[in-house]
Amino acid sequence: MEQQIKRAWYALPSLLRFVLRRLAVGVLLCVGVTLISFTLTQVVPGDPVAASLGEHAAADPDTVAAFRQRFGLDKPLPEQYAIYLGNLLQGNLGESLQTRRPVADDLAKYMSATIELSIVAMTIAMLGGLALGIVAAVNRDRWPDQVIRVVSLAGVSVPTFWLSLVCLYVFFFQLGWSPGVGRLPPGVSSPVTITGLYTIDALLTGNWKLLWQALSHLALPAMVLAIYTIGAITRFTRAAMLDALQQDFVRSARAKGMPERTVVLRHVLRPALAAIITVSGMAFGRMLGGAVLVESVFSWPGLGEYAYRSALALDLRAIMGVSLVIAAIYILVNLVVDILYAVVDPRIRLS
Amino acid sequence: MTTSPIPIADIHRPSGKVRSAWLQPLGLIGAGMLLIIVVAAVLAPWLVPHDPNAQSFGRFLPPNAENWFGTDQLGRDIFSRVVHGARVSMPYALQLVVMAAVIGTIAGAIAGYFGGWVDSVIMRAADLVMSFPDIILAMAVVAALGPNLFNAVLAVVIVSWPIYARVVRSMILTLRDEPYVQSSRLLGASSGRTLWRDIRPNVAGPVAVLAALEYGHAVLILSGLSFLGLGAQPPTAEWGSMVSEGAKYFDKWWMSVFPGLAILVVVLAANFLGDTLRDAFDPKSAKAFR
Repeated sequence: MEQQIKRAWYALPSLLRFVLRRLAVGVLLCVGVTLISFTLTQVVPGDPVAASLGEHAAADPDTVAAFRQRFGLDKPLPEQYAIYLGNLLQGNLGESLQTRRPVADDLAKYMSATIELSIVAMTIAMLGGLALGIVAAVNRDRWPDQVIRVVSLAGVSVPTFWLSLVCLYVFFFQLGWSPGVGRLPPGVSSPVTITGLYTIDALLTGNWKLLWQALSHLALPAMVLAIYTIGAITRFTRAAMLDALQQDFVRSARAKGMPERTVVLRHVLRPALAAIITVSGMAFGRMLGGAVLVESVFSWPGLGEYAYRSALALDLRAIMGVSLVIAAIYILVNLVVDILYAVVDPRIRLS
Repeated sequence: MTTSPIPIADIHRPSGKVRSAWLQPLGLIGAGMLLIIVVAAVLAPWLVPHDPNAQSFGRFLPPNAENWFGTDQLGRDIFSRVVHGARVSMPYALQLVVMAAVIGTIAGAIAGYFGGWVDSVIMRAADLVMSFPDIILAMAVVAALGPNLFNAVLAVVIVSWPIYARVVRSMILTLRDEPYVQSSRLLGASSGRTLWRDIRPNVAGPVAVLAALEYGHAVLILSGLSFLGLGAQPPTAEWGSMVSEGAKYFDKWWMSVFPGLAILVVVLAANFLGDTLRDAFDPKSAKAFR
């Protein structure tokens, strides 16, 4: 039996084996993540009951008992965790103590805002970081390299929450170029919800006014969020490019008389790109973290803002749900990145 | 970090590398900036014109000759508060980095040296922590422990030890098989003695460089937590919470601009220094991240 399973396993194509193995690791990580977030919410010294009932109601033992029973807080811990996991498998993340709504619904509502913001920010960061990194590597140790080094270090050194405030002050308050905080102008709501990404929805329905409003609200927070990642990707691209520039095949290409432009873009960038892809997964995690700060300044109704508000309110279910979802997104992105990398570079599957 | 074993002949190199790093203009600038800031922080009570917590009737004054950075909603002098802020953020960040480096190094050393199930348990725990974006997990931990600066430090230690553990473990895996380590074990040295006498000196340099690189990040994440109200609490003159106070009075730009600039300057200085040191130790390192 064991032999058969083994044989069947090795009969699978190696890329599929790799994907399945990584997928299994991803699922295990997610289970571990639920364990961590559950454990954390159990060591809370602040009583969640008091935090959400208010002082007056918390003084009444009957109300407290009813409250604990309603949310299952009176059961032993392993049972609470088992119930939570069981519900999780059915897509039920429990009820938020704060909004009195299912956490899953809350998350679904807030997730699209974060996804829209981070996709746009990541695109800006990848394009900017790649361009700056290539210029720096090609001009190694000359002035463009030095300038880019200082700029990229500044990018990873600037406090995101402060930059958000400063940009909002300058571009909204002083210059009036930015329409301000939120996803849409006050009073405007997206008429349709297809994907939840306002820009895509507007495009699909041909609503150009909405598209413009969504884009103009998106621009500033996305650029601020991208700053850190631009710095990081620039530095990594430069290092990867320098590595690739030292390879023999680059010297051969130059010796053949190829124009430098072709050498850089065809022979150097391609191997460097494989390495850059891996790092962009990590960069995405940092970006999700930075999103908490950017979202809180720009009143962006996303996961980060939700996480922050539930953390302040000691909202157990919500914290568990949101950290689970963010970690799951992060794990998933890194999974995709690993698979992309394996597709680009077949050598990786062997290890 | 280096994955090849460090040849014995190279053991004395690091000091030479450090010396060459000092000569790099960027590293020199970073070190100079940090030195000035540390001196300013130490001498703060004698340097600043006002008590950082003294209130006055001159509220919301824009920057002027008397109050260089203006005053806040309670009429406190922002310049004095920003200088005093260095006495909060910098030592806490240092404490954080040292704790994370020590814990991470010990965990990585145990995992790498003993291998087997100990290794699996420690490294899976590290993977697990690293599968969260760091500030999210730190937020959850602080929310659980209660929002104050010390708990914020603990929370960030919990999320930042794995990076040290990974680096140290990978170094130990190669060092373990070095002839001088093997011979020390053959001579009957205990595991603890081997780790301390033969392995620690080789690991110390890279860990110190990593810690220098992480210092700036520590300042950023701590002030970020304080900005969110999960770290230092008012009226503490902490840069992150000062920015957050200033954000409530949006048109009084000086209230949040100057404390934020202070964060930027400290982190930039630390990163200038860390980056230069990293280059000196490992010139073609691809570790732009962490």
